[in-house]
Amino acid sequence: MKLRRSMLFLPGSNAAMLSTAFVYKPDSIMFDLEDAVSLREKDTARMMVYHTLSLPMYRDIEKVVRINPLSSVYGHADLEAAVRGGADVIRLPKTDCAEDIHELEHEVLRIEQSGVRPVGSTGLMAAIESASGVVNAVEIAKSSKRLIGIALAGFDYVMDMQTERGDGTELFYARCAVLHAARAAGIDAFDVVYGNVNDDEGFLREVELAKKLGFNGKSLINPRQIEPLHRAYAPTEEDVDRARRVIAAAEDAEKRGLGVVALNGKMIDAPVIAHAQRVLQRAEASGVRG
Amino acid sequence: MKVVREALAGTLESNDLLVRVSPGRGEGYELVISSEVKHQFGPQIEATAKEVLARLAVSGGTVVIEDKGALDCTIRARLEAAAMRACAVEAADIDWSKLK
Repeated sequence: MKLRRSMLFLPGSNAAMLSTAFVYKPDSIMFDLEDAVSLREKDTARMMVYHTLSLPMYRDIEKVVRINPLSSVYGHADLEAAVRGGADVIRLPKTDCAEDIHELEHEVLRIEQSGVRPVGSTGLMAAIESASGVVNAVEIAKSSKRLIGIALAGFDYVMDMQTERGDGTELFYARCAVLHAARAAGIDAFDVVYGNVNDDEGFLREVELAKKLGFNGKSLINPRQIEPLHRAYAPTEEDVDRARRVIAAAEDAEKRGLGVVALNGKMIDAPVIAHAQRVLQRAEASGVRG
Repeated sequence: MKVVREALAGTLESNDLLVRVSPGRGEGYELVISSEVKHQFGPQIEATAKEVLARLAVSGGTVVIEDKGALDCTIRARLEAAAMRACAVEAADIDWSKLK
């Protein structure tokens, strides 16, 4: 299970950030070639990201590249740079239907087959940014075995819905739809960016909501948001104690050849064990919160 | 790749560099490097620049680098971007086999 609580956006054209962002230790870094890069810098950002991907300092961090849409004049060259450069995951913006992912997958396979990296080694991620994307979320989430997750992108979505970002009411249906699609497909789900980096309370409220709904994590635009996000996702000591007891009971049952086991009168089955493993993984990554 | 127009890439911010490529005479290229860390990394910057320009077979131009302490990967990226701009190479025509 890959831990994906924090996905930090980095503008692909910013040399200083690309040279240093590994120190913040997010779970994933997303090198952005799309919205964070001006049209006149698209070509140089592409080369910056291509070379940064191979930096040894990023070896232990999942590297995601957000390319421009394949329908744009930049998309195909961005994809060449990302796949050849060694990106772990390609994030496709403005994914409206399964066909968008099929087209991406076809192109990724073509590049891999040219011998630059093993076939099947490039993961994919779909960003859903429109009403069409939300409505088609299930078919998108199930469209490729390469998909590691789907993300909701709030800004473009609320524009498409003819509303604006507020207390989260405007994202209620989209969050639930994207999350259910991801879970039905067995992949990860990422919540929207919180744009006001000076509003710590608002950010934490939104993190708490995303966590309660079941999102694996959030896309982030400022390194300052990483630590509070990780802290919010850390389990309590009570959670960790219970998870340890669940794992111990499950291991004991397996040793004794028992198919079903109970702890304090409650049955422990595979989803309970998986949840306990996630709790321990989060505790190992960011400790426990008081 | 023949230099056909003047082009810039990069910035003068810390950790970055500014590359200016302009048309010149002859078949080769002229390389001028200034760097805040030249006394420490000058030979390394020059070696990287020459390698990149050789891979791309850049000819007929002057390449001026103003380095502000950029990493090797940044130097490569800015040089490639500036050279491709100066040689009028479109995104669809990039020969990825010539890039490290």
